[in-house]
Amino acid sequence: MQQPDGAPIEIDLSRPSAARVYDYFLGGAHNFEVDRQLADQIAAMTPNLPATMRAGREFLRRAVRVLLDAGIDQFLDIGSGIPTVGNVHEVAQAANPQARVVYVDIDPVAVAHSRQLLAGNESTGVIHADLRDPQRILAETRALHLLDFDRPLGILLAGVVHFVPDADRPGDILATLRAAAAPGSHLVISHSTFEDQPQEMLDAQRLSARTSTEITLRSRAEITSFFGDWTILEPGVVHMELWRPDSPSDVAADAQRFGAFGAVARNDDVAG
Amino acid sequence: MSAVGAPGGRAVDPAGAHNYATEWAQAVRRLGFVPMSAADTERLLLSYTLRLAEALLHADEVAPVAAEVGQALVEAHLTEPDMIEWSVRSLADRLPDQVLGGSTGLDDRIAVAQGALAAGFARALRDRTFAQQERIARSAWQARDDVERALRDSEARFRAVFRGAAIGIGIADVDGQIIDVNQPFADMLGYSIEEMRQLNVTALFHHDDAPGMWELYGELIEGKHESARVEKRYYRKDGTSVWTDLAVSLIRHDDGRPRFTIAVAEDITQRYELQRRLRFQALHDPLTELPNRTLFFETLSRLLSASGRVGVCFLDLDGFKAINDSLGHDVGDRLLMTIARRLAGCVAEYGYLVARMGGDEFVILVDGDAGVDNMIAVAELALTAVSAPVFIDDHQLMVSASVGIVASDLVGTSAAELMKAADTTLYWAKAEGRGRWAVYDPERSARDIARSTLLAGLPVALDRDEFVLHYQPIVSLLDGRMLAVEALVRWQHPELGLIGPDRFIGLAEETGLIVRLGEWVLRQACRDARRWHVDFPEARLVVSVNLAARQADAPVIVDTVADALSSSGLPAELLQLELTESAVMGSGGEPLRTLYRLAELGVRLAVDDFGTGYSNLAYLRRLPITCLKLAAPFVEGIRGDEPDAADHRDERIVDALVRLAHALELWVTAEAVETEPQAERLRALRCDSAQGRLFGPPAPAAAISTRLAGG
Repeated sequence: MQQPDGAPIEIDLSRPSAARVYDYFLGGAHNFEVDRQLADQIAAMTPNLPATMRAGREFLRRAVRVLLDAGIDQFLDIGSGIPTVGNVHEVAQAANPQARVVYVDIDPVAVAHSRQLLAGNESTGVIHADLRDPQRILAETRALHLLDFDRPLGILLAGVVHFVPDADRPGDILATLRAAAAPGSHLVISHSTFEDQPQEMLDAQRLSARTSTEITLRSRAEITSFFGDWTILEPGVVHMELWRPDSPSDVAADAQRFGAFGAVARNDDVAG
Repeated sequence: MSAVGAPGGRAVDPAGAHNYATEWAQAVRRLGFVPMSAADTERLLLSYTLRLAEALLHADEVAPVAAEVGQALVEAHLTEPDMIEWSVRSLADRLPDQVLGGSTGLDDRIAVAQGALAAGFARALRDRTFAQQERIARSAWQARDDVERALRDSEARFRAVFRGAAIGIGIADVDGQIIDVNQPFADMLGYSIEEMRQLNVTALFHHDDAPGMWELYGELIEGKHESARVEKRYYRKDGTSVWTDLAVSLIRHDDGRPRFTIAVAEDITQRYELQRRLRFQALHDPLTELPNRTLFFETLSRLLSASGRVGVCFLDLDGFKAINDSLGHDVGDRLLMTIARRLAGCVAEYGYLVARMGGDEFVILVDGDAGVDNMIAVAELALTAVSAPVFIDDHQLMVSASVGIVASDLVGTSAAELMKAADTTLYWAKAEGRGRWAVYDPERSARDIARSTLLAGLPVALDRDEFVLHYQPIVSLLDGRMLAVEALVRWQHPELGLIGPDRFIGLAEETGLIVRLGEWVLRQACRDARRWHVDFPEARLVVSVNLAARQADAPVIVDTVADALSSSGLPAELLQLELTESAVMGSGGEPLRTLYRLAELGVRLAVDDFGTGYSNLAYLRRLPITCLKLAAPFVEGIRGDEPDAADHRDERIVDALVRLAHALELWVTAEAVETEPQAERLRALRCDSAQGRLFGPPAPAAAISTRLAGG
């Protein structure tokens, strides 16, 4: 049940939250018993999953570094969760103290946490919104006056688009976001896939329904389509570990074990 | 950092430290999540390696430095248990050998360093965990507070809407028990809010509630509908009623079970009354307040489609225009109001609809017993009601009306057809005089229609040359010679075929077209007769042409006849004009002056249908008449073969007429002679000439030519 402005009518702490489960997998303590129970259950079923979460975080870190090297100094991180370790603003501001980051998440607890954590950091902002309402995300982001939409922007969708079912038209959502970004902007997506995956991955997906969201596994082609006509940077849409590893030794032979693709694309539209 | 104080003079091996840091970095990255690149991790761990190595060489700094490194590992988020295990164990197993050239003499310090590293790590991790737990808990409460505040704000807004709304809002549970209403709803129904909270919605039943309304409510609370909208009337507490526009919505539990209904009601009593008034105005005549023609036609159509058997008395006041013109519209209007009241009153007990169709036209719609007898009874009731004197100011008005009566079983079930028939019938009643009714007669109507078809076609027919002349021989009873032919006009109608004069001459006379038609007949007959005269000069065949009274009455007839003769070249003595007795006498009671002038032209004049009109014998004696044509009824009475009393009487009349004619020195022609015995008797009575079927039917001019030629 929701209030008219879309906010939930209650915070149910008896149910696990995807953001807190994720934090737990990353070694954080921003979680409750119920979150840890679910996390342990998932980990028991798919031993790869904690590693997948970490791989996702590493992919994001590498992607942000690439964006920073490309001169991107403003980021819209949608589905940021609880930005504890290796969060975008730390990575970005370590490289460029002027970098600006707006975090967006649907989980009100994650949002409240982000606000606490970021209080006093004038270059960051936090928005409570749903990816399924990109117009609202864009409108609220503009209202913060932190990001300049006339300049290249980094849009980060790390492990979040797979929470949007096909019925909510993720393609349209991505198109709306891309359309708001100036030429030179970059789009980072990591997304769970069923390609190359064993059965237990698919079972774990069902288990994730215990959080308030369910994951939709998608094909490489579907994920590729989310980038629209933007130019996908090398090495393309690949298993996350294969995307520009820090060193060749970081890549295991079974890079597909994480069950998620990662990719970065750039808006080369000269017309803007 | 100097190596002073180091046991055995040992120093840190930079290359060894580097190798150790590399292994350490690889280990932590293998064992858990490291939020840094490999290079950054290695750089960081190299600095810890060097600090630990230096500390191990200086006994007094070992514990604090190792504790700091343990804390730093937590701050760098190298907190996985496997990582600290590796770090602590390697401090003894690997670091002395790789970085310090062996552990000899350092065992105590290594143990201290391991303890301090673990303690520093544990302390920092505990603190961080406390901090994170506290922060996430605070975030959760914060989020909860935010939501609750939003909820309170939202609730406050809804409260404000609920209390402040201009329309009534009420909430009831699925048993119909009212839980809460706002003040406007309570005011609307005249209760206090507390009183309404005691009520069940079923107590708000109103006898005007539309059929199905409560069934709809029942389905709503069963969850079959999400909402319903109706116009509902409520009894107020004081017994009066209020009309509302009511919308009821269902609120469900999270699991979908119906939970509440929310009713939103707007008082539309005034709007409803206005609509009712507007509808009344739209359907009633403002002067008499009787239903108007719109309502009448609505009702008529409904009854026709339902029962199909209705009757209509269509009533129109006689001479109303005269009253209006002479006494003024005010009196006229008041008269109409009185008549309307009387008409409504006279059939009130039967429940018949009385409507004003406009002007002084009223209609009574009889539903049910629309048999002719009852319809006539209704018409007579209406005529009686109208006929009582009406007193307006100082005027005593005697009014009558005419009524056209139509029943649907005579006309069919079209409202328009029915009223057209009623209009026709009213016209018949009017034509018969004041204060009468007439009943619709389909055959008469058909005749009327046929008549009007002909009437409409007549002028065009003349222009299109659709008329033809036939000629009927008039023969001598002495020698059987054909003395003359009577020109008889026929209409070659494009759709109806050949039409006899009985069907259109009367119409032509009514419309005045007879003058043009008659002239055409005259000229055509003269032309045909001229040809016979030229072709058969010794036959001396006379053409006899009928002159209608209206033709004969016009002075121009003399010029017309003269012109017809001169333009055709027919000698005047070969033209005979037939006039009826009434035409001869004219409208002034005196014989037509034109007769003398016609006689002066040299034409012969005959009195047609002699004996059926009123002839002034004194005039007849003096007029330039040459011939009498005995009317057919007298001739028909003569059968010759049946010597009964009637025969004798007609025969004696013919005998007298022939004698009279001969006394006046007039020829006598008998018409309609059909049998040889008739001819024989007429011959015996010394009748001069005869025409009729026995001597030849009317025939085209060519047939006459043939007969003249000796055929």
